[in-house]
Amino acid sequence: MAQVVFAVVAVLVAFVLFRLLRAGRIREKYAALWIVIGFGVILLALWPGLLIATARAVGVAVPSNLLFFGAILLLLGVTLHLSLEASNLEDEVRTLAEEVALLKTKLSAPLPDALPADPADEA
Amino acid sequence: MTAAARTLAIMPAWNEAAVIGDTVRELLSTVEGVDLLVVDDGSSDETAAAARDAGAAVMVLPFNLGVGGALRAGFKYAWENGYDRAIQVDADGQHEPSQIHAVLAGLDQADISIGARFSGVGDYSVGGPRRWAMSLLAAVFSRVARTRLTDITSGFRAANRRAILQYTRHYPAEYLGDTVDSLMTALRAGLTVVQVPVAMRPRQGGEPSHSPVKAAIYLVRSVFALFIAMTRAKNRVPLPTLGSAPELEATH
Repeated sequence: MAQVVFAVVAVLVAFVLFRLLRAGRIREKYAALWIVIGFGVILLALWPGLLIATARAVGVAVPSNLLFFGAILLLLGVTLHLSLEASNLEDEVRTLAEEVALLKTKLSAPLPDALPADPADEA
Repeated sequence: MTAAARTLAIMPAWNEAAVIGDTVRELLSTVEGVDLLVVDDGSSDETAAAARDAGAAVMVLPFNLGVGGALRAGFKYAWENGYDRAIQVDADGQHEPSQIHAVLAGLDQADISIGARFSGVGDYSVGGPRRWAMSLLAAVFSRVARTRLTDITSGFRAANRRAILQYTRHYPAEYLGDTVDSLMTALRAGLTVVQVPVAMRPRQGGEPSHSPVKAAIYLVRSVFALFIAMTRAKNRVPLPTLGSAPELEATH
C-alpha cells in the first residue's frame, strides 16, 4: 500500500514539474534536476528491490538510511545552488541599481563646472 | 598631484535629512576645489531634496544598497566623470571638512589615504572587545600594507584614480565590507595605503553602542570579514597604470 502512495506522489511531483516547465515558470536549469529526482523517486517506488540491492552492494545495513543519505545530500546540493543563484542575482541587481542611478544623475543636472567630454564613455 | 587635479567628495547618506543640509553647506563653504556628490542610498525621507537644496550634486539609488553599495556607485560616478581623486565623507558630520585636504595630501605618497583617529589628534576613545577588534585589524593590515595603520574602520578615506578603478570593481555591500574587505582587496591588488592623523567629531546621530555583547559581535564579525577578505581569490585583471581612458568595464 505504502508503495502505491509513494508511486502516486512521485508521479504527481513529476507531473507538476513538467507543467511548470511547459508554462515557462521554471527555467530548465532548475527543472532538469527536479525531473531527474522525480524519475528517481518513481523508479524506487515501483521497484523497492533496487534500493535494497544498492544498499547491500554499498554495505549499508538499513536500506532506508541509504535513501535518507542520498536525499539529504541532494537537498544540500539544491539549497547551495539556490544560495549561489541568489548571490549572483543580488550582485546583478546591485550593479543595475548603480547603472540606473548613474544614468539618472547624468540625465538630470550635470555638475556646475564643465565636465570634459569623455568619448570613451558608454562603452 | 597637481593643483589642477579634480577631486570629488562622495557622501553616502541614508535617511539623513535632519543633518545632511548642514553637512553639505559646511563642506561646500569650507573646502575649496572639491566637487560634492551625495549618494542617497534609497532614503525614505527628504535626504535627496535637502542635499540638493544645500547645493550638492545628488545621485539617488533606487533602493537601499548599504554603505558599500552607495560608495561603489559613487566611485563609478567619479571614474566615469574623470575625477583624479575621490574622498569619502560621512553625512552625519563626523568627518571635519577642514581635514579633507589633510587626507587628500596623503595621496602624494600612496594610492589610498586613510584619515585615522587615535593618531594623537582629536579625542575619540573606545574600549573592550571593540578596541581589541580594532587593534587586531590594525595589526593585520599594518603587516599586509607594510606601513603603520591604526584605524582600519575609519570611513574618512581618499583614493587616487587607480584606487577609484579598483573600488569600482570591488566594493562589497556587506557589513564591514565597505571598510575591511575593500581595503584588503585593494592592498592585495597591489595598491599602497598611507594613514594621516585627523581629528574627528563625535557622531551627531548618537553615540556608538557601548554594549559589551554588541562589541563582542563586532569583534567576531570583523575577524570573519578579515578572514574572507584575506582568503579571497586575487584580482585576475591587473589594474592599468594611471592615465588610461575612462572606460568603465562591466563589474559582473
